[in-house]
Amino acid sequence: MRQSNIMPGFRPALGYTLLYLGLVVLIPLSTLVFKSFQLSWDDYVKVITHARVVAAFRVSFSTALGAAVIASFFGFIIAWVLVRYPFPGKKFIDALIDLPFALPTAVAGIVLATIYQPSGFVGKLVLELTGVQIAYKPLGIVVALIFISIPFVVRTVEPVLQEFDATMEEAASSLGATRLQVFVQVIFPNIFPALLTGFALAFARGVGEYGSVIFIAGNLPYVSEILPLMIITRLEQYDIPGATAIALTMLIISFLLLLTINLLQMWVRKRSGQL
Amino acid sequence: MSILLTNISKNFGRFAALHNVSLEIPEGELVALLGPSGCGKTTLLRIIAGLDQPDSGRVNLNGEDKTDQHVSDRGIGFVFQHYALFRHMTVFDNVAFGLRVKPKNLRPSEADISKKVHTLLDLVQLDWLHDRFPDQLSGGQRQRIALARALAVEPNVLLLDEPFGALDASVRKDLRQWLRHLHHDLNVTSIFVTHDQEEAMEVASRIVVLNQGNIEQQGSPSDIYDHPANAFVSRFIGQTNIFDLQQEDSFWLKNSGLPVPQQTSKVAHVRPHDIELSKILTEGSAQAVLKDWQHLGALIRIELLKQEPNGSFTTIYAEMPNEQFKQLQVNNGDTVSVRIRNAHWFH
Amino acid sequence: MNALSHPAAKQRYALTDPFWVRWGLITTALLFIAMFLCLPLGIVLIEAFSKGWQAYNAALMQPDTLSALRLTMLTAAVTVPLNTVFGVAAAWAITRFEFPGKSLLTTLIDLPFSVSPVISGLIFVLMFGAQGWFGEWLIAHDIKIIFAVPGIILATLFITFPFVARELIPLMQEMGSEEEEAALSLGATGWQMFSQITLPNIKWALLYGVLLCNARAMGEFGAVSVVSGHIRGLTNTLPLHVEVSYNEYDFVAAFASASILAGLAIVTLILKSLLEWKQGKH
Repeated sequence: MRQSNIMPGFRPALGYTLLYLGLVVLIPLSTLVFKSFQLSWDDYVKVITHARVVAAFRVSFSTALGAAVIASFFGFIIAWVLVRYPFPGKKFIDALIDLPFALPTAVAGIVLATIYQPSGFVGKLVLELTGVQIAYKPLGIVVALIFISIPFVVRTVEPVLQEFDATMEEAASSLGATRLQVFVQVIFPNIFPALLTGFALAFARGVGEYGSVIFIAGNLPYVSEILPLMIITRLEQYDIPGATAIALTMLIISFLLLLTINLLQMWVRKRSGQL
Repeated sequence: MSILLTNISKNFGRFAALHNVSLEIPEGELVALLGPSGCGKTTLLRIIAGLDQPDSGRVNLNGEDKTDQHVSDRGIGFVFQHYALFRHMTVFDNVAFGLRVKPKNLRPSEADISKKVHTLLDLVQLDWLHDRFPDQLSGGQRQRIALARALAVEPNVLLLDEPFGALDASVRKDLRQWLRHLHHDLNVTSIFVTHDQEEAMEVASRIVVLNQGNIEQQGSPSDIYDHPANAFVSRFIGQTNIFDLQQEDSFWLKNSGLPVPQQTSKVAHVRPHDIELSKILTEGSAQAVLKDWQHLGALIRIELLKQEPNGSFTTIYAEMPNEQFKQLQVNNGDTVSVRIRNAHWFH
Repeated sequence: MNALSHPAAKQRYALTDPFWVRWGLITTALLFIAMFLCLPLGIVLIEAFSKGWQAYNAALMQPDTLSALRLTMLTAAVTVPLNTVFGVAAAWAITRFEFPGKSLLTTLIDLPFSVSPVISGLIFVLMFGAQGWFGEWLIAHDIKIIFAVPGIILATLFITFPFVARELIPLMQEMGSEEEEAALSLGATGWQMFSQITLPNIKWALLYGVLLCNARAMGEFGAVSVVSGHIRGLTNTLPLHVEVSYNEYDFVAAFASASILAGLAIVTLILKSLLEWKQGKH
């Protein structure tokens, strides 16, 4: 209560914040919970154990996981290069990293589909060289999600790398460590929590992503149909309880995963004395 | 191990950090690199360590040319100003790091490592902290852990960058003594960088004074204090009053009992304790007005005002033991006669 | 100051990686960026102009495209100011006062970020749709929210809810309230303090938040897609118009609309870099 004595505007600011938060976010979100109560437990189980829904869960979570892993790997390299090495055009590249944040997902969707379809610029090349088709397959979803995920990883790792105390590296060097030993034993353990955060953000975003995925996914039932699309399909069939059940389950799983990752991160931090 | 630096130069852009520096340090010394900010002392230390590369010149450690060797192969121990402890490792793991990264065939067994680490932690009197993380330690503790970590690899040379710079005044005093004793016990050639002349005088067996990328003087602390090689060193080490013969100080100086040379281009540096005061005013004595005085413990510092021929006043500082000042029985505003026992003359 | 603070000394000699490592990593990073970021941006323009300037122009001048553009701007014009006012109020309450449940409130503000866009749309259908909470009442009073403009605005409001608050909270936390307390102690009124001390200090971060909020408001697809009903000329925003055109194989129209949105993204990125530069200089 130290500041509240003289600062003006506490009541109106907090009051407005709570009211607006309630109206725009909390009340609408709560409908999801209340609506799902209208469904009996058996009906609920029937909806979410439907083979097509189960397949969609598998597709959504596995492609998001794969994309987050790949994006974490390349995102780390990009952040490293941007922080550590001087090269021409760095400012431009740095600004470009945020493109997936700024580019509307529908635009990303049709562009990626155009590039990676079997007759597309890259799709054709890859198909001819390796026989692998990217678009209209789960692989296409992974490609779209990598695009979406990259800035999450780069932008969480970059500041931590920037602020990393380089004298720690010099100290390790002066103690006889090779460059690889310095990286593995000193740099990476200090960056890892941030990388984990970036990974979690990318993963969470990937599971819920819709716009950039549906054009490239092909939306083949059981194969490349994602959860958000299942929700929309149910809605279009006026199966609102079904849509609600899938949405709630999806939210719960996402929150549980994020919780797990947060706990994991806390454990990593604690183990490395950063708490 | 002896250190031999020949003609070291280093530029950062157009800024010359070191200018043709040559230096020889015999084995077992505890050397202070002393100088003001930006004089190049830290750069010199980093070049000896191999953390920086000189633009020209050679670094010779124990008769071997190590100029082109990477820092990890030089066998030096470096203690960083802000310690650079590994935040994600315990105190024990920090100290063990240098042993664990050795190539397999040279690496001691885990049991030997553990024994050695605990011995070192005992040496710095912090074994009870072995499972803490650096963030949980005080500044003085981190400093000692950083030292233990550097010593673990049995370096031939120990290099310390502003080792006491980031510490509280009271902790600093203790650690200075402790470092001096530690050096006495281990007898490893050590160099530390400092901008604090008192610290250099107190800890080091030799002092190297640097200014603007050049070595101004080197020698034992008493050498440097009693026989400063030039005006910079004299001003930088200890307090000094400066009298310029060109500013018509020569008559006043003669009256104070100091033999004054003929060339008027010279400048006299007078230590405050080389100034004597008396209440007896005689015709032709150098005179000044006592403006104020302060208690510095055993010594009293006296501020005197000397009137210039043009009517303005300059401040002169004198120092004398407490007892002596009491016997003088002077008060603020009294005019006193001044005698100068000794001065260093520079151009 | 030691010599290390000299800019030329920043490149630490002992930490330079071998040449092949450096260039290997730079090449990897650049190839990845070229492939995943530059290429898509280029393709938008190539496809948009694939049938020539005239076709591009004609596609943009279609009444449906224009009305989609108008709806997109209207949506942004309503949601961005609302969320900006909220962001400032929330940041003020959270960073200048202590109250129970503060960290919960901070978490709740971020909530829309972790909800799938489709679900963000769905919840408004659950509220205002024909089978929703207020469905019957709305029908009885002949008010349309879902499959109409209000639904689109509501869904966008939800999606862009955290942007401004998120930029302001960490900044104002770091800034502390000393300057504001000084102003009050010198006799400033609450409003004078806010407009002369607080606002100038947070203006770049505020603009930054507004910029991101606007980009998302104009570009949101998933949530809007659920509530819009895709009625051409009426409830299609520009991103929805892109989808509809693409699905009808009218690629020139799809990419022409997409090029406008890509232009918006590029302007956003440029302004963002500018603001970061301004903020960094501060």
